[in-house]
Amino acid sequence: MKLLIANGYVIDPAQGINAGKNLLIEDGRVIGLLERSDQAPEGAEVLDATGLIVSPGFIDLHAHLREPGAEYKETIASGAAAAVAGGWTTVCAMPNTDPVNDSPAVTRFIIEQAQRAQLANVFPIGAITKGCAGKELSEMGEMKSAGIVAVSDDGHPVPTAGIMRRAMEYARGFDLTVVDHCQDLSLSAGGVMHEGRWSLILGLKGMPAAAEDVHVIRDCVLAKLTGASVHIAHVSTRGALEAIRRARELGLTVSCEVAPHHWTLTDEALADYDTNTKISPPVRSRDHVAAILEGLRDGTIDAIATDHAPHHADEKALEFDQAPFGIIGLETAVGLAFDLVNQGIIDLERLISLCSTNPARIFSLQDRGTLAQKAHADVTILDPGCEWVFDVASSKSKSRNTPFHGRGMIGAAVATIVGGRVVYLNPNYTRLTDTKHHNAAGK
Amino acid sequence: MQFNRKHLLGIRELEAGEITHLLDTAETFRDISKREIKKVPALRGRTVINLFFESSTRTRTSFEIAAKRLSADAINISVSTSSVSKGETLLDTARNLEAMSPDCIVVRHSMAGAPHHLARMGKAPIVNAGDGSHEHPTQALLDALTIREYKGRIEGLRVAILGDVLHSRVARSNIHLLTKLGATVSIAGPGTLVPEEFGELVEQGLRVEKRIEDAIEGADVVMILRIQRERQDAAFFPSMREYAVHFGLKPKHLERAAPDAIVMHPGPINRGIEIASEIADGSRSLILDQVANGVAVRMAVLYLLAGGGRAELEEKGN
Repeated sequence: MKLLIANGYVIDPAQGINAGKNLLIEDGRVIGLLERSDQAPEGAEVLDATGLIVSPGFIDLHAHLREPGAEYKETIASGAAAAVAGGWTTVCAMPNTDPVNDSPAVTRFIIEQAQRAQLANVFPIGAITKGCAGKELSEMGEMKSAGIVAVSDDGHPVPTAGIMRRAMEYARGFDLTVVDHCQDLSLSAGGVMHEGRWSLILGLKGMPAAAEDVHVIRDCVLAKLTGASVHIAHVSTRGALEAIRRARELGLTVSCEVAPHHWTLTDEALADYDTNTKISPPVRSRDHVAAILEGLRDGTIDAIATDHAPHHADEKALEFDQAPFGIIGLETAVGLAFDLVNQGIIDLERLISLCSTNPARIFSLQDRGTLAQKAHADVTILDPGCEWVFDVASSKSKSRNTPFHGRGMIGAAVATIVGGRVVYLNPNYTRLTDTKHHNAAGK
Repeated sequence: MQFNRKHLLGIRELEAGEITHLLDTAETFRDISKREIKKVPALRGRTVINLFFESSTRTRTSFEIAAKRLSADAINISVSTSSVSKGETLLDTARNLEAMSPDCIVVRHSMAGAPHHLARMGKAPIVNAGDGSHEHPTQALLDALTIREYKGRIEGLRVAILGDVLHSRVARSNIHLLTKLGATVSIAGPGTLVPEEFGELVEQGLRVEKRIEDAIEGADVVMILRIQRERQDAAFFPSMREYAVHFGLKPKHLERAAPDAIVMHPGPINRGIEIASEIADGSRSLILDQVANGVAVRMAVLYLLAGGGRAELEEKGN
């Protein structure tokens, strides 16, 4: 089966392409880029992308899909549906499920569930330690054979430098990137928000930025010791970014991602004790947000990841201290990323690098993050001018925990193609036509 | 200025005029407690629920007496051991109570923001009777009423607040109230319990000192906060003994204060730890006056929120 994405503007940073082109795909792979004036091949379905940006598929390095174990919050199918509705063709699933993904059996289960859903690519991330308990290494080699793309104990920072050192040394042998949720638990224990003026006002226990800083610095030092590829999850502090910059100057393989809420919200958003602003790491003060924006601008930050963390409404309807951390993010991330473009902080090409090119590189995802010949036919089609309002009631996620309900956005992913199949098409963009139409219209 | 809010959740969001109106109203109620028949019909037929998720004798009794002196029906519920242990959520507990049509719910909870949660989700007016380390607005109001009684004003006064400011809802509410009304507040205590950043809590009028002597210098009012032993277990200070030596208020400290300085404490006091008995029982101590004013302040708050104030407005055709 052939699909021609016609009349769009192709931006593929991996190939340095930034031009009006037609994209032809067949049997799940990219055939190549054609000139707009070329005839559509016989029998090809045509997606008319006039006025739209055609990008390599967006890859989310960080999401919680909750299955197995907490299917009342999210399933792999519902999470994948939310992903493609938000423009993500690939989702990397964190292992803190129940049971934890610390064995090849769980890894295979996740992959099978994703194949049944037939929406987004779902790539499991294996646990660093058994049960994410921070004590014994999990079976990384076996999980790699089963299909994991990285290892992480996300949500449970690896507490001791000794275990982390072994994990890095071992993971390196399997070419697995080690992803760490950086938080020194002895500094952040009991905290429910960023420590600062607002935590003092609200009387809530704070998590100091230093808790993240010291942990990131530790991991950078260990990256030097072990030579491992280290990826810092959801960076939220100025100090963490400074440490990552220094690590890069030393030539270490240290990358990092940022989640949209960390540049969109400040700790002032917690003023009404809305549990949909309770996130870990927490949304921080203005100075840290300024540092995040600077990191996005100057290239320190490699990737945008959603940290999609669904929780049931009943769980979020508890006292602030009792409610779980996290918000859903798959359907709002691209809209919030367009804020950065609209404010002139990054350009469209950089946005695509952050959401596709770089994530593919960080987890070594072969033939993804690019529209080069023979690459997987994962495509995200963007409309930078699309004005829309996020309505959580229409979310494909099973959960509703978001602080962005009702937020106006300019810029959206309007079609998502995974393995050559159109798995999401914004209802307002019904331009799928057949070849005959296209060729007739072209004349 | 009137007080037209539906809830009393904290002092931070109030304007100076609203605070003054609350205090003026409390003053008019103070005399009722001195009469032989300590009851007026202002809230007759109204129901006030005291919903306490944290043990309290003083505050709960004070609210109960306040409600009864206004002729309201006061119901006390201690939830810490009943519904919550059965797995019922705060919201469900409150909704069940609301189904019985109370005119006001007074909430005490160990977690900051719990009253805001109920105010957002429910229908009845909510009075925050202390939420975690956040605020305790009626305590600050009764402290202000006491200061006004003895000093005649708040504006221009120097107030020292000493001790565990970090965990104190009383300190937060007092800092907001006193600085809004034009007082200057100095706070002091162990660096672990009085972090430097606390100075940013309000726009102006707040100073953070390392030594309690410096905070007391020239103070017209000295407020002492209760220190809890559990803070020692969490490594905020080494021992109660050392705390008493370095941060407990002793008679020699008061020599630095203004000659007519008054001493206050929200209670219950740890004698010989944060406050020497000579001071607690001395002539400058207003600890028991604070308790008496607590009833007046809570009468004013219940009157304004539970319908008394509104009924009067309606009669006047407003």
